[in-house]
Amino acid sequence: MDEESKKEKFQERIDNGETIEPKDWMPERYRKQLIRMMSQHAHSEVVGMLPEGNWITRAPSLRRKMILLSKVQDEAGHGLYLYSATETLGASRQEVIDQLLEGKAKYSSIFNYPTLSWADVAVIGWLVDGAAIINQTMLARSSYGPYSRAMVRICKEESFHKKQGYEMVATMADGTPEQQEMIQDAVDRWWWPTLMMFGPHDDDSPNSAELIKWGVKSKTNDELRQSFVDRHVSEAHEVGLEIPDEDLEYNEETGHWEFGEIDWDEFWNVVKGNGPMNKERMKSRREAHENGKWVREAAEEYARKKRLAKEKAS
Amino acid sequence: MRYPSRSRLSTHDPNLKENMSEKNDTESKDIQWPLWEVFTQPRDGKPHEHAGSLHAPDAEMALENARDVYARRKEAVNIWVVPSDQIVASKGEDAGPFFDPADDKPYRHPQFYSVPRASKRRS
Ligand SMILES: [Fe+2]
Ligand SMILES: [Fe+2]
Repeated sequence: MDEESKKEKFQERIDNGETIEPKDWMPERYRKQLIRMMSQHAHSEVVGMLPEGNWITRAPSLRRKMILLSKVQDEAGHGLYLYSATETLGASRQEVIDQLLEGKAKYSSIFNYPTLSWADVAVIGWLVDGAAIINQTMLARSSYGPYSRAMVRICKEESFHKKQGYEMVATMADGTPEQQEMIQDAVDRWWWPTLMMFGPHDDDSPNSAELIKWGVKSKTNDELRQSFVDRHVSEAHEVGLEIPDEDLEYNEETGHWEFGEIDWDEFWNVVKGNGPMNKERMKSRREAHENGKWVREAAEEYARKKRLAKEKAS
Repeated sequence: MRYPSRSRLSTHDPNLKENMSEKNDTESKDIQWPLWEVFTQPRDGKPHEHAGSLHAPDAEMALENARDVYARRKEAVNIWVVPSDQIVASKGEDAGPFFDPADDKPYRHPQFYSVPRASKRRS
C-alpha cells in the first residue's frame, strides 16, 4: 500500500472511532505531534510539583500536609504515566527529559506564576486542577490508546486534587476576615492565568484543527475554556467569592457565562520564557535532578552487588 | 553505567528504531535503566492487566517502583514486571492474516447450531 492510501485508511479508522495502538501504522506527523503534545503534558505534571511543593513544609496542619504531600506525589505519578506513554511512540525517555532540563521543551505556562501564600495552594487545587480535569476528560477519549489510558488513570486521581482544593477554598471563604481576604486575593491572581491554560483562541491555534481531525482532541480551546468558566463561576459564587472580571455576565439564552478578553501579550510573554517564575522553575528542576544523582547511583550499585552475590552463589 | 539499547515492545517503526539506536551508540548519552512492562491484578480472582511501563535497574526495584507508580490507591493485589524486550507481540492492525484462521469457523460458536427448545418442566 502506498503512503497516500495508508493515510486514507488511517483516517478511516479514526473516523470509525477506532483506537490507534503503538504498533499500528500512523502518519509520521501524527507520531510527531503526539510526542510533542504528550511530552509537554508530562513536563507540566513534573514542573507542576514545584509551586505547591514549595508549601509542604509550611502546611497549616498535619492533615493538610499529608493531603498536599499525596497530591504532589500523584503529580509525579502523572508525569511518569505520560513519559511511559510517550515512549511507546519511539521517543527515548532520556532525550525527552534532557529537552526539559536543557530548557528546550515547553510546559504549561500556569506553573510560571509564584505561590505567594497558603491560599494559593487552595486555589491551585480548585482552579488549576479543575482546568486540568476539563482538558484531560476530553483527552481520555483520545484516538491514541496509551495516551487515552494514561488519561483515564489520571482523571480518577484529579477529582481528589480538585476537591481538596475547593474544600480549602470554601473553608477560607467562610473564615476570619483575614482568611477571606487571602483567598480572594489568590483567586484574583490565579483566575486569568488559569483561563490561559486552555491556549490561544481557536483562530490562533494552528495545531487544533489537525488534532481534532485525528481524534486526539474532540473540543477546541475556546469550548474547553467555556466549560471551565461555566463550572467555576458558579462554584465561586457558591462560596461567596468574586471573579475578577468586570465583563462577566450570564447569558440567559445560551446558558453560558460570557467573559472578558484575556491579556494575550501576557500569555505569549510567559510562553516565551519571561514569566515571573520561568527561570526559577527550571533552576529548581535541574537542581532536583542533580540532587537525585546519588540515589540513582546507589540504586545501580545495589543492583550490581545483588547480581554479583547471586552469581557467586550459583 | 550504560545499557545497550534494547529492542522494545513498543518501538515499531523500523526507521525510527534505527535512528535511535544509532544515536545511543554514538552519543552514549542514554543512561536509562532497562524498561519493564507492568501488569497489575486489580482484585483477587481477576486476571492481570497491563498498566504501563517504567525504568529500573533490576526486577526488585522495578516491582517497588511499580507499586509506587501504578498502585498508590490499592489498584493492585499483585504485580508482575516483565523486561519489555522479553515480550513478543503479534503485529498491529495490518496483521489481519495472522488471525484469519478464526475467520471461517462459525461452527465454533453456539449460535451456529439449531436445537429443539426443551420446555420447562412443570410440577
Ligand atoms: Fe496531574
Ligand atoms: Fe492534579
